[in-house]
Parts: sequence; structure tokens; C-alpha cells
Amino acid sequence: MMQKLLKMMNNESVLFNNLYYHNMLPKIKMNLSCPMPKFDFDVITMGHGSGGLLTHKFLQSGVFDILKNDLLDQQHDGASFELTGKTAFSTDSYVISPIFFPGGNIGDLAINGTVNDIAMCGAEAKYMSLGFIIEEGFTMKEFWEVLVSIKNAADKANVKIVTGDTKVVEKGKGDKIFINTSGIGTIHPKANIHHNNIEEGDVIIVSGNIANHGIAIMSIREGLDFETAIESDTANLNHTVLRLINTFGNDIKFLRDPTRGGVASVLNEIAELTQLSFYLEQSLIPLNDAVEGACEMLGLDPLYVANEGLFLAVVKKEIATSFLAQLRTDENGVNAAVIGEVTRTNPGKVIMKSRVGGKRIVTYLTGEQLPRIC
Amino acid sequence: MCLAIPGKLIAITAQLDETFRTGKVSFGGIQKEVNLFMVPEAKIDDYLLVHVGVAISVVDEEEAKLTFKYLKDMGEVEELELPTN
Amino acid sequence: MKFLTEYRDPEMVVQYVKEIKAITTKPWTLMEICGGQTHSLVKNGILDMLPKFITMVHGPGCPVCVTSVSVIDEAIYLAEQPHVILCSFGDMLRVPGSKKSLLEAKAEGADIRILYSPLEAVQLAKTNPDKQVVFFAVGFETTAPANALSVVHAGSLGLSNYSILASHVLVPPAMEAILGDDENTIDAFLAAGHVCTIMGIDEYYPISEKYKCPIVVTGFEPVDLLQGILMAVQQLEKGEYKVENQYARSVQREGNKMAQDTIHKVFTISDRVWRGIGNIPQSGYEVNEEYKLFNARVKFNINIPLAEENKECISGAIMKGLKKPKECPNFGIKCKPEHPLGAPMVSSEGACAAYYHYASADEMVVE
Repeated sequence: MMQKLLKMMNNESVLFNNLYYHNMLPKIKMNLSCPMPKFDFDVITMGHGSGGLLTHKFLQSGVFDILKNDLLDQQHDGASFELTGKTAFSTDSYVISPIFFPGGNIGDLAINGTVNDIAMCGAEAKYMSLGFIIEEGFTMKEFWEVLVSIKNAADKANVKIVTGDTKVVEKGKGDKIFINTSGIGTIHPKANIHHNNIEEGDVIIVSGNIANHGIAIMSIREGLDFETAIESDTANLNHTVLRLINTFGNDIKFLRDPTRGGVASVLNEIAELTQLSFYLEQSLIPLNDAVEGACEMLGLDPLYVANEGLFLAVVKKEIATSFLAQLRTDENGVNAAVIGEVTRTNPGKVIMKSRVGGKRIVTYLTGEQLPRIC
Repeated sequence: MCLAIPGKLIAITAQLDETFRTGKVSFGGIQKEVNLFMVPEAKIDDYLLVHVGVAISVVDEEEAKLTFKYLKDMGEVEELELPTN
Repeated sequence: MKFLTEYRDPEMVVQYVKEIKAITTKPWTLMEICGGQTHSLVKNGILDMLPKFITMVHGPGCPVCVTSVSVIDEAIYLAEQPHVILCSFGDMLRVPGSKKSLLEAKAEGADIRILYSPLEAVQLAKTNPDKQVVFFAVGFETTAPANALSVVHAGSLGLSNYSILASHVLVPPAMEAILGDDENTIDAFLAAGHVCTIMGIDEYYPISEKYKCPIVVTGFEPVDLLQGILMAVQQLEKGEYKVENQYARSVQREGNKMAQDTIHKVFTISDRVWRGIGNIPQSGYEVNEEYKLFNARVKFNINIPLAEENKECISGAIMKGLKKPKECPNFGIKCKPEHPLGAPMVSSEGACAAYYHYASADEMVVE
């Protein structure tokens, strides 16, 4: 894309003499806390995505500078680099609405989500791609806020954004902003993550309080307005996970971050794949008080609510205690807990012993969980 | 029927008109504004049952305890009945 | 959470189960009226814990399940009008109408919003004076006062762009319809605790007397339900039939007077078609003449053809407790939560949906 841009620039060299163009050049002043540069446009328009001057200006005036690194600076169509060994590669698209929510925004999710997917493969994401699809009329102010979050999240996760794309669609054809990120990284030599490794007797661990993210989102959607802010738990888990892999290697059988569909959906998936049974105890599942209150009020089951900065691990029984101990010293694992174990008695099913002692099957969710009145 | 859960009334927030006395109710860790029209007797620190944003009753704390006494009382009653055999 | 967590105490639950087992000498069939009670029984795994002699039949106490196809069609018709914002409780969205559900209509572009409370719909009307806001006023007697209050409040604010599409249903007529059926198998009822919080318990005495049936007004938490079941079985074992109040911490004999007054201010009792059961006379609420400007049916002059229910769905027999979901030839095959033929499979408390999840627990080997 950049080569095409440069070609267009050369052909349109007459524009360098254009007064209008000179007047439009933004004045950039960057510092670490990233205040928004002065743009001469408040909203993003179709022109900014057209690949011409406006696009160039749009990208040069902020995007490239804020995400600055040696690979991105080359501004080629694609990034070139060397990567050796077994590699993990993942992609995800982020379409969340509202884009700003307590605890973060779509930019945080876009980085952390893909970083975490790579981490669940036992790898540290080293490079990422970043694609925007922006709806015409999206304000520069909001875009900048998202971009700053992307930069901060990428820095914290120690990942470089090395290639990207920007498109603008007509009003009504998008929802403010959609983001796609792909990530790539080398798998840790000691990692051996696959559901086929799961055996009877393995222990199921969750890294913290569940359901925070989904409830945070629901709390600011129309009609569900809680005074006490419940924050999304979006966070990069790569450092946490890689430290654990470094210590415990292939005694960690399986990792997954339970995003949409929650803990119940992930466990149902692997129960079906492995034809083992996953036995949970409700009293062991960690839940923040405010989130529990919100779930009670709305009639939602926290097991099906989305999470972001959370992961499930299935580990060998013998290391469970030390695994938990190490995880709890990590900022992303202070509330980690053992929630159950793998058995053979009910193949393909997730069974839960309720707080009062009765047992039930935790099934797949049909569609999205909706608040109920009865 | 219906989903109604108990929360503690922690503040009266408004009395706009006859249909609108509102208060802040705390449910475990969250708070919500609740309409108090149907519980005119409710006062701060009372526990209210709230359904779709409206308080439908004040929890009777004495009665609440009785559920736990029920089995115990049953046990005592059965012991009393034994001598008639 | 106070007044909630204590009623989930595992030791107390074990004690109640023990006591129920100790006194039960014959098979008894009990019906819990309310969908919330069904939900609690299923999610806490209590059904499993009860002695085999006790059969719990899930009643029609799910306003979602009993809302007729025609009413869903009315709601969709309104939602598809320009300048209308249709507001609804979440659980209504997946119920199928004759052609589609509200969720599908939303996906096609209708302005449908999920709200937690009808009072929020009034706020929406206030802040959107150029739109017509309609609240889909569904529910049993528990929800009727809140829906009525929204109308009164809209009136006092002078709003002309708020109305409700009422589809309220009443419990006592439904109980009579079940008990009056020749094939009735229900021996005792656990009445709906929150309905009685509003309406009191006087309506149940004549029913208990007429059909010689124990009725225990019961709450929703595991300890409440087990105490309710224990009280009902005690009566049955002794050959008694009377009305008892397990949920006295919320239910008073006379109910909530303010709530009842609010209901009667706005609503009038009307006939109502119950999905799967048919018309039950004087079993619903409709907005009365005084508040007709807030009645969406009058305001929008709704006149859409009456829809027929899916003939393959035997929800009526199931909701009356005459047949079990497993006895339906379509259960789990043509009719599943992701493609339901009728409402009891859609709502998470519907008998069929509860059975769909619970039924597989029959195959569950105890860990």
C-alpha cells in the first residue's frame, strides 16, 4: 500500500506547491504521554481511506509516529523479518460495541486479545499486524484515544506492530471502528499445549475472577447502568503464561482464554474433543462480589459471561499446587484457583456440583445470554 | 414469580412526585437506583426485594430467621409426639 | 449477599432433603408454578437430590413461555414501524412469532432495545420526543405493578410518546385451568412467591378448598424450595389440604396494597390467550379505558391477523403437567433450544429447555 502511496505522491508532485496542501500539514508534537496532535480535521472521511494524500497525511500525522519501530518505519507493503523454530500465528477481529468501556477500549482488546491467543499456544507474540476499518464520521479524538491504548498495550506486551492497513467505509456500513490484529511468535521450547495431552486426573485452574469483562460491557449498554463501575479485566497474559511454561514445561497440558461464551463454552469444547469429563465445584469458582451481584440481578450465569485477561489451564495433578503458588504471585493471577478436575465418568460432558451440593450438567449456551425477568 | 433479589437501602435519592420516591440499593457489591413507590414504609438499612428496578417488599427479618428454625422446631415437635406410642 | 446466601447453605439443604426422604411414603406429583423456581431447582441440581417418589412438574409460570404467537407478532409489527423504539425484557427476544422472533427483527433493522426496567423506557421516551417508545409489558402479577407505574409516571410527566403493549397473565386462573382438567395429575402446588408478594394469598384458599389441593407459597432459593416441598409433602402424607406460606419474609397475607392499587389504576382484567393452552377467561391484564392513550394496541390501531400456533408443539400438555417433554416426538430432534418449535424450549425456564439440559443428567453418572 505504501509503495502505491509514494507513486501517487510522485505523480501528484504539483500538489506540493498547492497552498491548500501546505495549510493542511498538521503540526506534530509528540511526547510519551501522547497528547493528540493538532489535526485540521475533526472527523475521518472517505478521503482518508482512499489511499491518496489524505490517507498519507492521516497515517503520517500520527499513526506511524506513535507506533514507531524499525520495521514499521520502513513503510513497505509488508514487513520482513527472521523467525526461527516452531511458530505460533493467530488472528482476531474486534467489533465490540461500545468501543469505550470501564477498564479499557477496543484498542486494548485488539492487542491483548491476539497477544493472549498466541500465549495460549505457548508463544510470545513478537510481531503484530494492525488493520482498521473505520466508519466515515468517526472522530479523530476517539481514534486517537484508541491508538494511544494500542500503543500502550503493545509496549506492555513487548510486541511490535510492523504492518498495517486502514480502510474507511461509508456511514452506516460499519460501527465506528473495527480492528483486526494478527500476531506471530516463537513457541517456547518447553511448551507442549494440546487438548490431546489432557488425561484423567488433571486439574483445572482458572487464573482469576470470572465474568468481569462481560458484565463491565453490559453495565454500560443501554438500560443496565450500575453506579459501582465494574471494570473489564483486559490484560496481556503473555509474560505470565511464559513464566509458567518456563517453570512447568509440558506438565501444562492445555491453555485457553475464555472470551466469548465464557468458561463453560471452553470446557464444553474440550470435553467434546477429548471425550473426557470436566468436573467443577461451584464453590471454588472465584467471582468478584460486584460481578456476582450484577449476575444475580440480571439472572445471568457467570460461567457463560465473556472474559478477557483470564485463562484456563489444565495441568498435571502433581504440579497443581506449585503452579497455583507461582501464578498467585503474578499480577494477573492473584485470585487464581483450582476449580475442578478431569475424570472419565461422563465422557464429553461438563458436570458441576452446585454450592448446595446438587449436581447438574453445564451445557453449551444457545446464542447470547440475555438478562431475564423470571 | 420472577427474578427479585434482596438489597440494602442505603440512601433516599429523590422524591420527585407521588409516583417517584427513589433510593440507592446495594446488592452485594453493586448499587442501583430503585423506585420505592410500593414500599412507603421502607427506611434506610432495610432490606428490599427488587424486581425490574422497583422494590416490591421489605424483607421481614424476623420471618427470615424462622426458615432456619423450622427443622429444629420439627425435631422438637417429633420428640414430643413419641411418648404417645 | 444477605437474605440470599443463607438460603443456599449446603448443610441446611442436606438436612431438608433427609427430612423429605424420611417422611415420604407414597409417590407424589408437585408443580412449582414459577419459572424462576424451575430455574433454581435445575441450576442447583436439586431435582437430582429429591427422593424418587417425588416428581416435580414444571408449571406455566414463565410469562415468556405463555406469551402467544399473536402477541409476539404484534410486538414485531410495532417494532417495524418507523419512529418506534420497542423496548423489552431480554428473555422475550428469542420467542418465535409466526414468522420470526424479536431478535431476528432486530437483526433486520428494527429498533428494539433490551431494558432492565419499564421505568427506563419512560426515560427513553422523555429523551427522544420525536420517537414513539413502546414497552413490551409482559409478566405475571409480579411485574404488572412496575409496568403500571411506568404508565402513571409517563402520564404525570405529560408524555404523549410512551405506551405499553400489555401481555400480562394471572396465576390463579392458570392453576384452575390445570386443576380443572380431567387429566390433571398434580397433587400439590408450590405457589409463586413473588406473585404472592404483590397479590397476597387470599385468592388461593378457594382453589385449595375446591380441588382439595395443598398450596404452599414458596420462595426461590434452594432452602426455600426444599422447605416448600417438605411442607407440601407433610400435608399430602397427612391427607390435609390447606394454604401455607413458606415465604413469609416477603409475603404477607394481604400482599402489597400500594402495588395492587397501582395495578387497578391502570389495568383491567381481561381474557388472555396462553400459548399452548388457549384462551383462559379473565386471566390477563389489559390497559383500561382511562389510560387508553398509553395502550399501544389502541394508539397504533393494531389489526394483524391472529396467528396459529405451531401444531407440532405440545406445549399446552407439557405446561399443564400432562405430558413430559421427553414424550414429545419432536423433543431434542426437530425441537431444540437453538431451533425451538414453541416457547417452552426457548425460555431457559421453559419446561422443555429445563428438561433438555436436565434430561441428559439422567445419563449423568455420579462422580
